[in-house]
Amino acid sequence: MLEFFLSLWSSWGDYTIRMVALGAAVLGVISGVLGCYAVLRRQALLGDAMSHAALPGIVLAYLLFGTRDLGILLLGAAAAGWLAAFLLLSITRHTHLKEDTVLGLLLSVFFGFGMVLLAFAQKQPTAAQAGLSRFLFGQAATVVERDVLTMAGIGALALVLVALFWKEFKLLSFDPDYAATLGLPVRLLDVGLTSLIVVAVVVGLQMVGVVLMSAMLVAPAVAARQWTDRLGTMLLLAGLFGAVAGIVGAVLSASARGLSTGPMIVLSVSSIVLFSLLFAPRRGLVWHWFQRQRNARRLRWAMQHGDVPPSVPVMPPADAPPDPRIAEQKGASR
Amino acid sequence: MTSQQEVQLIAAVIAAACALPGVFLVLRRMAMMSDAISHTVLFGIVVGFLLTRDLGSPLLFLGAVLTGVLTVSLVELLNQTRLVKQDAAIGLVFPVLFSIAVILISRFAGNVHLDTDAVLLGELAYAPFDRVEWQGIDLGPRALLVGSGVLLFNLGFIGLFYKELKLATFDPALAATFGFLPVLLHYSLMVIVSVTAVAAFDAVGSILVIALMIAPPATAYLLTERLGTMLWLSMLIGVASALAGYWLAWVLDVSIAGSMATMTGVLFVGAFLFAPERGLVATAHRRTRQRWAFAQQLLVVHLHNHAGSSDEAEECSPAALHGHLRWSPDFAAQVLQRAERNGIVRRDAERLWLTEQGRKLAQGTGVGG
Repeated sequence: MLEFFLSLWSSWGDYTIRMVALGAAVLGVISGVLGCYAVLRRQALLGDAMSHAALPGIVLAYLLFGTRDLGILLLGAAAAGWLAAFLLLSITRHTHLKEDTVLGLLLSVFFGFGMVLLAFAQKQPTAAQAGLSRFLFGQAATVVERDVLTMAGIGALALVLVALFWKEFKLLSFDPDYAATLGLPVRLLDVGLTSLIVVAVVVGLQMVGVVLMSAMLVAPAVAARQWTDRLGTMLLLAGLFGAVAGIVGAVLSASARGLSTGPMIVLSVSSIVLFSLLFAPRRGLVWHWFQRQRNARRLRWAMQHGDVPPSVPVMPPADAPPDPRIAEQKGASR
Repeated sequence: MTSQQEVQLIAAVIAAACALPGVFLVLRRMAMMSDAISHTVLFGIVVGFLLTRDLGSPLLFLGAVLTGVLTVSLVELLNQTRLVKQDAAIGLVFPVLFSIAVILISRFAGNVHLDTDAVLLGELAYAPFDRVEWQGIDLGPRALLVGSGVLLFNLGFIGLFYKELKLATFDPALAATFGFLPVLLHYSLMVIVSVTAVAAFDAVGSILVIALMIAPPATAYLLTERLGTMLWLSMLIGVASALAGYWLAWVLDVSIAGSMATMTGVLFVGAFLFAPERGLVATAHRRTRQRWAFAQQLLVVHLHNHAGSSDEAEECSPAALHGHLRWSPDFAAQVLQRAERNGIVRRDAERLWLTEQGRKLAQGTGVGG
């Protein structure tokens, strides 16, 4: 552990590693926070579809404007991702196809079309197209200070929007029907929230690439969900987990040859998920196991003595906060 | 056979093989499992390669199939803890296995033909050069033999267990009561998906595997509601997109896998717009027809209600439609015109009369009286 922090400290002097770690941390915060909404609304795979769908947008932006400027390419990516999200909504509305089918369809068709466009771009005589394929697997090492600033700027804007529409997005995530009866523009909010997720995906493309982007959205949120039942805490935790995983992954990948940055970040964040699933209080598997053992012990005691042990109740304590999911269901059925 | 024809044949066989399990993925709401499996098979191939150090070894195939099953099991395991929803579980599992695979490749197998670019795209154009020979006789390209084998295997499995698959897909509870073992069937189907994905993955890359498994069945689902029809229609659509994609790629000189995926999308859009009953055009047409039919019904009921009453002269006039039914003058005029043409309303000057046919219609709706 000490060794790791020492290597962290010494590698901080290296410009590339510092930029990569900063970029990964920024990405971790953005995707962690926005991923919470995706996971809570059961749209975890939306990010996967969007990141694949962004490819034709990137290549088209390059073909149209002939530049490799990250801002313009990301605008193209956002446009394509947004189009895919719009198609997802309209196809699921107008047909009996289920959401997962439409996701798979959009993902593969958009990506395939992106490959066709990429082949066009690669036939161009200029050398500028050389950087386009980095979006497939992400090339964190090419991140420079300007990219980090761009990412941070976009991310800050997204976070401000989350703060501004806090109440609306919260209601939309937990009880969209109630939101509609209150007269909130649910469709518009839906589009807005989905657009923010597109932003997170687009920011991550350069760092981790299209395949691994889904993990950046899903993993921090799932990990954070295990520790809390409050949305605010969950968002903070997810942002924190994302940032930590980003920095740890970036530094680890610099520590030895052949440890690609994107995969290392994904493995770091997945380790956090595994730990949370096992050890989170109240929800974790280990905690549950102990709870069962305790209950069994107490039941044996009760059978021997004909009474429950006086000191501690058999069920979870009565003053424990109620599970919000149960409370929500009760509220909905009333 | 020229290598061009061979590439088309390989593409067609693989498209047909993918469409079959794809139908069940689409119907059972597990379409994104194909996304997960087609990415994680890389893990199995890499581990198999590191163990055998031979890219041609059948162990690689076995390893990849096992990884597919492992992926499904891990997703189910996470789902069963009830801490993670199924979609999130898929989104967690496949990036982990894919990441490990990428790291293993770049650390231990960097200089072998296990290119990460080829993973996503495959290289169909080179498939005819990898041939199988037996005692000096050329048996054909490996991809063609493997693809045909998988196609026959899938046809055999679905043919044998058609009834069981059908029931388990549409009514799992009833299937379980009959003792059809839905869990066993589920895992068999996942093995089929893995085997197909691995065979196709080699030739066309992981993205086209998803396109060929999901898009043709989705297109077929817009055209039919019968499982049998959907199965052969999906195969047909898959083969058509594969061949059309091949020619598109040939004409434009671009990636074959990419243009095939694009063509599956083009065919889907075609069905989405023009499917005879469920397409957007047919639905819009039906809506318009229903709107006019409803307006005419409203008109005859209105006329029928006021026929013989004291305010008949006022109510049964074109001017009343605007005021009393709240129709715009244009709309009212159009409805009248249609009703006259259909022979249910007669008009002289400022009075409207129901014809015999119109009266029957008004009584038939059960509203007038």
